[in-house]
Amino acid sequence: MIKKFDKKDEESGSGSNPFQHLEKSAVLQEARIFNETPINPRRCLHILTKIIYLLNQGEHFGTMEATEAFFAMTRLFQSNDQTLRRMCYLTIKELANLSEDVIIVTSSLTKDMTGKEDVYRGPAIRALCRITDTTMLQAIERYMKQAIVDKVPSVSSSALVSSLHMVKMSYDVVKRWVNEAQEAASSDNVMVQYHALGLLYHLRKNDRLAVTKMLNKFTKSGLKSPFAYCMLIRIASKLLDETEGGHDSPLFDFIESCLRNKNEMVVYEAASAIVHMPNCTARELAPAVSVLQLFCSSPKAALRYAAVRTLNKVAMKHPSAVTACNLDLENLITDSNRSIATLAITTLLKTGSESSVDRLMKQISSFVSEISDEFKVVVVQAISALCQKYPRKHSVMMNFLSNMLRDDGGFDYKRAIVDCIISIIEENPDSKETGLAHLCEFIEDCEHTVLATKILHLLGKEGPRTPQPSKYIRFIFNRVVLESEAVRAAAVSALAKFGAQNDDLLPSVLVLMQRCMMDSDDEVRDRATFYMNVLQQKQKALNAAYIFNGLSVSIPGLEKSLHQYTLEPSEKPFDMKSVPLATAPLSEQKMEMAPVATSKLPEKLAPSRQDIYQEQLASIPEFQSLGPLFKSSDPVQLTEAETEYVVRCIKHTFSKHMVFQFDCTNTLNDQLLQKVVVQMEPSESYEVLHYVPAANLPYSQPGSCYTLVRLPDDDPTAVSCTFSCTMKYLVRDCDPNTGEPDDDGYDDEYVLEDLEVTVADHIQKVLKPNFGAAWEEVGEDNEKEETFALASVRTLEEAVGNIISFLGMQPCERSDKVPENKNSHVLFLAGVFRGAHDVLVRARLALADGVTMQVTVRSSDETVVDIILASVG
Amino acid sequence: MDSPILEPSLYTVKAVLILDNDGDRLYAKYYDDTYPTVKEQKAFEKNIFNKTHRTDSEIALLEGLTVVYKSNIDLFFYVIGSSHENELMLMAVLNCLFDSLSQMLRKNVERRALLENMEGLFLAVDEIVDGGVILESDPQQVVHRVALRGDDVPLTEQTVTQVRHLLPSIHSLTEKIKLVSSGAP
Repeated sequence: MIKKFDKKDEESGSGSNPFQHLEKSAVLQEARIFNETPINPRRCLHILTKIIYLLNQGEHFGTMEATEAFFAMTRLFQSNDQTLRRMCYLTIKELANLSEDVIIVTSSLTKDMTGKEDVYRGPAIRALCRITDTTMLQAIERYMKQAIVDKVPSVSSSALVSSLHMVKMSYDVVKRWVNEAQEAASSDNVMVQYHALGLLYHLRKNDRLAVTKMLNKFTKSGLKSPFAYCMLIRIASKLLDETEGGHDSPLFDFIESCLRNKNEMVVYEAASAIVHMPNCTARELAPAVSVLQLFCSSPKAALRYAAVRTLNKVAMKHPSAVTACNLDLENLITDSNRSIATLAITTLLKTGSESSVDRLMKQISSFVSEISDEFKVVVVQAISALCQKYPRKHSVMMNFLSNMLRDDGGFDYKRAIVDCIISIIEENPDSKETGLAHLCEFIEDCEHTVLATKILHLLGKEGPRTPQPSKYIRFIFNRVVLESEAVRAAAVSALAKFGAQNDDLLPSVLVLMQRCMMDSDDEVRDRATFYMNVLQQKQKALNAAYIFNGLSVSIPGLEKSLHQYTLEPSEKPFDMKSVPLATAPLSEQKMEMAPVATSKLPEKLAPSRQDIYQEQLASIPEFQSLGPLFKSSDPVQLTEAETEYVVRCIKHTFSKHMVFQFDCTNTLNDQLLQKVVVQMEPSESYEVLHYVPAANLPYSQPGSCYTLVRLPDDDPTAVSCTFSCTMKYLVRDCDPNTGEPDDDGYDDEYVLEDLEVTVADHIQKVLKPNFGAAWEEVGEDNEKEETFALASVRTLEEAVGNIISFLGMQPCERSDKVPENKNSHVLFLAGVFRGAHDVLVRARLALADGVTMQVTVRSSDETVVDIILASVG
Repeated sequence: MDSPILEPSLYTVKAVLILDNDGDRLYAKYYDDTYPTVKEQKAFEKNIFNKTHRTDSEIALLEGLTVVYKSNIDLFFYVIGSSHENELMLMAVLNCLFDSLSQMLRKNVERRALLENMEGLFLAVDEIVDGGVILESDPQQVVHRVALRGDDVPLTEQTVTQVRHLLPSIHSLTEKIKLVSSGAP
């Protein structure tokens, strides 16, 4: 772009803006001339422009003001000035939500949309649909149908797009226009074709068969519009994704054929669709990658950007597929568009060899300060991936990261760096000390409370176990002196951990605690007092329970239980064991390798899945007396994905009962199911107590029915059971189009797959951040040990995976990761058994011609130990 | 991978913006509620302007959105879409907007000319994007549909070239009148 400044600057700056200093009240005053006869089109036009300009600047119009202006404007329909009329349509659209009684212009607009002036018809349709509601829509339905198939493209396009907008509001009415849309789709005009396709898809998207038919038709007949092609590619790839069909399907062939389209837009869309397909093989990717490679040398920045960004995504999963483009990417490193350069470098970091890392890092640090935060995050993510690939490079990376940490940057950026450093520390034990030192330096001057508390927590966890724990104390205590309440409180907790773990530091920690007890904030004082008292007891078990391994209950659950307790005062003390446990331990969240731009994630703490179930189940009267929900399993599919009825089951475990929740979906559009229950036949002494049916199950609207089962009291070791399940219901046939059911129905049943209850359903995962301390806390009273031979397992990883999924317990101390080239491993598992008994499992594994496993179980209850050992055997 | 398969939809454009060289809003149309309040919109515009006004590149990623842009003399044109959107589609919208305005303003795409033809701009954008759906991408069609008629502009405001354009047609008209009158008995 050439910037020209040779323009004579007679009126510099804002002086030339005729709309500057517009006063809303003055403009509204001026609008009175709309009522003068004869109408002066030029002046009126100017005033309408001013009104729209003001609205555009974000000026707020009250309902009164808007209504007044609107009514005055309606008079301008008497003028036949074209531009004035067009501006009236715009004004109607702008004021549609602000003014009252906008529907009074309906007849004028209807007249224009069916009139002779083609210039009026399209815009009139768009304005009319903007002010129309569902009831009014019926009245203009006839005109809309005509307009959709009108020969004038602008009229047809306007009608189609307006129909699309109205689908949200009046699906049932617009649905009736499918035939017209179908006709419009074969129009010669490229835009009409595109809009018709969009509307058709929108109306049919819940009917997979119809979408497939439509795709077949259009992929065969071919389209003219590149936009429509892009839309078809998206529909095809969505269908491919849903059907999980192999990539040999005609849909994939269609997408691939679009790689040879004449239009770059279509080619790029197809390449991007292929790249985003899950489980794409390198061979299938190759043609897409080669067109992207061509785009890399395009003169258009947007195309280069699009190509390199997509290649960057490919590189995350299939770095080898992108290696062929390395030369083209190297050329982009110096691109004047920094976004392109950054993406090129981060892609190269993923595909390049270990030797090129240093050079690329140097290149990127030369302009890292110029790029936007979004791309800095991309760089950090690339580094994070690199550290996993080349662990030996971690010192170079750590250095680079610490430099980036010192630069200015927003919260997301800093958080990405901190997360990256933390993950490096966790992956490479030898980088722990340097990493912690960088983080200590960072919190010395950190404005983000969240990050400071996170780092303090990490210091508390890792610091005491380093060779020289004392050097961290200074950094932590500095926070107590200098920072806000939240950070001070976190620092106090971290200090306590040092005191609990290192006996020689305990006296000094106690002195510092003493000082914290004088803090101005309640929370800080409370924590300090609490830890002070615990530490003074010098008991390992207390330290383990209250300092290392905090509460494992769900916070919303605790809040609810406490609230309930205060509502019903009783003599009994509050029982912590009645609170549901937290389902997802905090440290388990994996840093997703989201490339670029996920900064818009909702940040609020959502209630966990289990809290939602707890709520849902509590609203059913039959289940109210069951007590707190102990655990909800992941959904188990009881049917194939493509059957008439799709049923999945979620197992909810309570202390003495289980509730099976069956989520059923009826995929037949000519049937309405009623009184749906799933009958269950247990193989063991489980007793089915009650069925809660789903009253109605209309087409494609999921519904749930429940079965309540009592667990056997007399034999606590009977933890596993198989249920045979049959769905029973009343069928009423109905009209697929209207959904109107017949008057009478008939009973029918449908056999589902068997449902297994296993030991994992009785155990909730709990993360013990310090497993050793927890192990000592439970003690060896109920310890039992047994040795097993796992003949069918070949590797340690496989054995570890099997044990975890079988017992459903939480691996601690990162013991689920088996170091490479080792032939023995120790796995630590923690959980809580139904009835609030802690269970800890230590499994020593040795690899020698099959895996030998020595399992040691500790629990507060002896029966639980027996159950676990029995089930493993 | 971050983006699931794109939900097929015609809703492509999230916003169309025109800012002047101080970063002030001349035109802004937001088609969804990514930025629901005027305050958020203005903050976004400020951020966009700061990040783009010094560079000559035509595409950027800001606040999780893809922004394609173009500048001319003292005007900055932006089209904004989701970061998963096909960048070339957004580019097509931007080019159509710019080329339509360029024709309507007789290649004089600068702040003053634009402010004098705001109604043309309003109508053009209305023909290019409707509620986030690309309505038309061919500048010829857009200019044709906006149909700003030159003839309600008084003669004095017209340039000499335009009047010259009119002359031949007046000639032919008089010719026709002559023909008609001579043909009459």
